[in-house]
Amino acid sequence: MADNQSPEKFGQTPSQTVGPFFHYALPWKGGADLVGQSGLGARTELFPADHDVLNVSPAHGPVAGETIEVRGQVFDGDGAPVPDALIEIWQANAAGRYASPDDPRTELPLDEAFIGFGRAATLDDGSYCFKTVRPGPVPGPGNTLQAPHIAVGVLGRGLVKRLVTRLYLADGEGLDADPILALVPRERRGTLIAETSGSANVYRFDIVLQGERETVFFDC
Amino acid sequence: MSPDGGYLREDESAHPASLAPAYASTVKRSPNHPLVRIPQTLTETTGPAACWDRLMGSALADLTTQHAGAPLGQRIIVSGRVLDENRRPVANTAMEIWQANAAGRYIHAKDNWNAPIDPNFTGAGRVVTDDQGRYRFLTIRPGAYPWGNHANAWRPAHIHLSLLGPAFATRLVTQFYFPDDPLIALDPIACAVPAAARDRLVARFDIATTEPNWALGYLFDVVLRGRDATPTES
Repeated sequence: MADNQSPEKFGQTPSQTVGPFFHYALPWKGGADLVGQSGLGARTELFPADHDVLNVSPAHGPVAGETIEVRGQVFDGDGAPVPDALIEIWQANAAGRYASPDDPRTELPLDEAFIGFGRAATLDDGSYCFKTVRPGPVPGPGNTLQAPHIAVGVLGRGLVKRLVTRLYLADGEGLDADPILALVPRERRGTLIAETSGSANVYRFDIVLQGERETVFFDC
Repeated sequence: MSPDGGYLREDESAHPASLAPAYASTVKRSPNHPLVRIPQTLTETTGPAACWDRLMGSALADLTTQHAGAPLGQRIIVSGRVLDENRRPVANTAMEIWQANAAGRYIHAKDNWNAPIDPNFTGAGRVVTDDQGRYRFLTIRPGAYPWGNHANAWRPAHIHLSLLGPAFATRLVTQFYFPDDPLIALDPIACAVPAAARDRLVARFDIATTEPNWALGYLFDVVLRGRDATPTES
């Protein structure tokens, strides 16, 4: 039994929007702070405190690697900030290992304190922030090496399905040889590069859903 | 060579396009450029599988006992399986759940519809599938509610589901609806889905999982992207 109305309709379940009212269900305390587990990224002002039934993650120890911050804003096709988006990230740890049974490189260390999956709800000005560690290098197709990057998913009201992009660190090694960036038209690659702003470990990554400087989104 | 060739692509005949003009909010929030197709690397074929409790805390499968009293509304048991499109169970994966209350009102500061809040109902939960991909949760049936998309617009009663599955590539957020709801055919969000796949979003009433003198049973299976059986260079 694997269909919802009739067997001949078996197939991928269609995507639907998260809508505007996900804040009491999806973000969690520490969801956007992969290093220190602060309340970053959870908008607890949007629901009563006694309805905060889920947003707890167990404490963990110190995380290996160099802490970085990623800050940005999400904009729509009019250049208006998007106050009800949800940004998700997935990345390797400082050694370049993914906390997944499907990463076969067991010679690289796992970090018990670091999973590498995060979530942040945007604020009313469309801004978001993650605290995480600088990801290590990860192999690409064939014998290539990918430059340090973070996979990014964008959900929100008005997005009937997730948009997927990538964040590359502007000072990361191997950008010129990155096999995925090479598939992106040169004039649009800049939308995937997070530049440092102010202090060295703070990166700026805006996400433009539509129009001029539209972020490159992937079919992967 | 990847031993298992990554995941099958998103099926265009099943998923809505990002631009669905009848759903007005998509008009300025959907990209103009076509997506850039990339091969799946370790980044896409891995995910935070099997560590949900470490990320978000423990499961919460009963949405009717989170507060001092019982919530108002029809108790329902929702159960089913999470499978991949090769009909294999997706075990040990988290499903996040959220919904409006029986009157169609969300416990959210920005929901200003004039229907009562139920102090005994939050409408958020989380379950983890067993080794056969099965899940089950207890809640109350949500109500329909009006929204500002067009004149006299009403969302059909629905429950939101969020799943990641085994990999970043298999992430899915969806909503399911209830059988025989006349609002589904009028809803621009449900109708953004190609017609042939729309019924996949409608749960089935099920007398076998209905519990006597307690709660009505509904079945809803979720199908995620499956492994591509064809090995590819990657």
